[in-house]
Amino acid sequence: MDFLNGLVFFTNFVVIPATAYGAQLALGALGITLVYAILRFSNFAHGDTMAFGTAVAIKVTAGLVALGITLGPLPTALLALPIGIVVTGLLLLGTDWLIYKFYREQKAKPVILVIVSLGVMFVLNGLTRVFIGVRDIQFADGARFLVTVRQFRDATGLDEGLAIRTTQAITLVTAVIVMVVLFWFLNRTRTGKSMRAFSDNEDLALLSGIDPDRVVRVTWLIVAGLATTAGVLYGLDKSFKAFTYFQLLLPMFAAAIVGGIGNPLGAIVGGFLIAFAEVTITYPLKRVLTYWLPDSMAPEGLVQLMSGDYKFAVSFMILIIVLLFRPTGLFKGQSI
Amino acid sequence: MTDSLRTALFAGLVVFLIVSTGVLDNWNLALIIVNYGLISAIMALGVNLQWGLAGLFNVGVMGFVALGGLASVLISMPPVPEAWAAGGGRVLGALAIGVAIIVALVTLYKRTSGRLRALSMAVLMIAGFFIFRGVFDAGVAAIESVNPASTGYLGGLNFGGDSGRDWPWIVILGWPVGGLLAAGAAWVIGKTALGLRSDYLAIATLGIAEIIIAVLKNENWMSRGVMNVIGLPRPVPYETDLQADPGFVSAAQDLGVDAVTASTIAVKLAYSGLFAAFLIVLLILAQRALHSPWGRMMRAIRDNEVAAEAMGKDVTRRHLQVFVIGSAICGLAGAMMTTLDGQLTPAAYQPLRFTFLVWVMVIVGGSGNNFGAALGGMLIWWLWVAVGEYGPDLMVWATSALDPDNSFRQGLVDSAPQMRFLVMGTVLLLILRFSPRGILPEK
Repeated sequence: MDFLNGLVFFTNFVVIPATAYGAQLALGALGITLVYAILRFSNFAHGDTMAFGTAVAIKVTAGLVALGITLGPLPTALLALPIGIVVTGLLLLGTDWLIYKFYREQKAKPVILVIVSLGVMFVLNGLTRVFIGVRDIQFADGARFLVTVRQFRDATGLDEGLAIRTTQAITLVTAVIVMVVLFWFLNRTRTGKSMRAFSDNEDLALLSGIDPDRVVRVTWLIVAGLATTAGVLYGLDKSFKAFTYFQLLLPMFAAAIVGGIGNPLGAIVGGFLIAFAEVTITYPLKRVLTYWLPDSMAPEGLVQLMSGDYKFAVSFMILIIVLLFRPTGLFKGQSI
Repeated sequence: MTDSLRTALFAGLVVFLIVSTGVLDNWNLALIIVNYGLISAIMALGVNLQWGLAGLFNVGVMGFVALGGLASVLISMPPVPEAWAAGGGRVLGALAIGVAIIVALVTLYKRTSGRLRALSMAVLMIAGFFIFRGVFDAGVAAIESVNPASTGYLGGLNFGGDSGRDWPWIVILGWPVGGLLAAGAAWVIGKTALGLRSDYLAIATLGIAEIIIAVLKNENWMSRGVMNVIGLPRPVPYETDLQADPGFVSAAQDLGVDAVTASTIAVKLAYSGLFAAFLIVLLILAQRALHSPWGRMMRAIRDNEVAAEAMGKDVTRRHLQVFVIGSAICGLAGAMMTTLDGQLTPAAYQPLRFTFLVWVMVIVGGSGNNFGAALGGMLIWWLWVAVGEYGPDLMVWATSALDPDNSFRQGLVDSAPQMRFLVMGTVLLLILRFSPRGILPEK
């Protein structure tokens, strides 16, 4: 019984939040990894792209709610998500046409493109702030819980409860759907295959008649979809604040690099790895260990290995260890 | 147009903008811009050394600036003897244990191999972590419980009186110490991260900067965390002392200014003089470095690493060297800025302001050109303040055609201060597109 109670506690406070957060990071990291694979630079504007897409979705959600349109138990933001994706997609296509295209044609060095993306980051950041402000925004509506602590306790008779929030369940379901569709697209469709060919060997892809502009356009649209979805899910699960999204850049990059940058599967594994490490190391594990260890060994302190503010340090340590010992990431990524 | 004419014109533009601010608005604001602008110029020099001279992509500037700020607290604040008595020795002992464990881990890694290595390192790491926390946590708790509302930390090394006002010189000593602290951190970071590809180095430095800020926010025994350290001693006179000084008051009256205004201006001018002196010395040093054989070697490495390596240059070592020097300059500037602020507020360190804005300064001014970077620092700082100060007024004027109650208009007016980021990004993108080598290109 003690073991089960400990397990339930651990699941409730570590496994479930980490899974939801991991799915959000994985979607973000997929966007970064796709830009890297096709356009061959580290996109520092990705966090702010997410923030922009989410801001659009929030405004649309507010409009829908004002019109009386909701999704019942599900958050209305899901209805606004497609519009957010389309607007963000148009924005990214515009950015590419106005800014990145010039450097691509010049065959500029990747580091120049990174600096250009810093400029785009500033502009997108400013746009988002002007558009929606800098406050913390909660925009989740509908039913709050799929399973509440009380329901779980009554059903199982355990001391510890387990709650699954609607947003957590939605995050996981949406992420799985998006990932399955993405892999189907990359592996089975003609456009997806041409993208992979372009990523593997640009010259060879051009020789076989693949239209590079089309590949780039499709990539930006997919990135817009991934970034907006990740942003909306993160915002539903926690809350929206432009600056927080900028800070997500670090764990997302860590996830992409740890998995092997340029490798979509690696981004997903990296996302979950980073999320689990962050949550486990920064959560006080005292109650779990009290259940699991014999009474004589029960811990006195909180057994919080690091305080919550050091969560960046966790993703960073994993990043550095992987880079030092396995520079191409866990799954073989590209190394240009 | 010759290079020196171009430099003179650029400098003239910066002077013109600042003087116009003084004439059209007020001289206090103009001098504030000058002081922070001079500090920004020093930061830009540091980044220019790393990027312009050596091609190192460091986006962790904020971390080094914050370390400089920490150093200025640790040097210029008076110590808290009760806190030292309560847990100072214990915390220092714990830190020594921590260092010893890391050294032992590195030794184990070098001396052993295979399964034995993995096992022994894992055991040492876990055991070491708990030993460290066991000693450390108690000391921290003891220090933080000493009068937490006003101290709760160890304080600094300024033994000049209760508020440290008797030793103003120690504040200036704190600036180079800030540089040293940043240099030490840069050495550790460089040792691990400099072998990485350029964009991995960028991510690594970005992460380090966030971690340094997290440490500053969390380790209350050292920096008081988010409770901030306020009332840092100054290297220059205090306004109230000047106003109480009959000589100063009569001198101000002779100039036809009231004593209060004169004192605020005099204090700011004193800071300007100090900062300008540091900037000029650093500019001379940076120019000499640029034109020395060492500078030529660095540029050769930047332009073609493989060729430079074939010529027998130790690329990794040189990179480490320039990374440490550039970061030290950022640390120095950070210490100056904390002194000028008069307080250390860890929550105020934001990457857009302290890392990426410095990058805009360097790229707009002209990477690889010391004068370009320094003047770019002043120019962009002026623009940053100007957009923040005058942007809202401009927005009110620009939207005056709309009805004042129009929600769209109100949204625009409310968000005008956020226009800074939009303006900075646009300036950066325009320069990168139409004048990629900056306003003053490298020769």
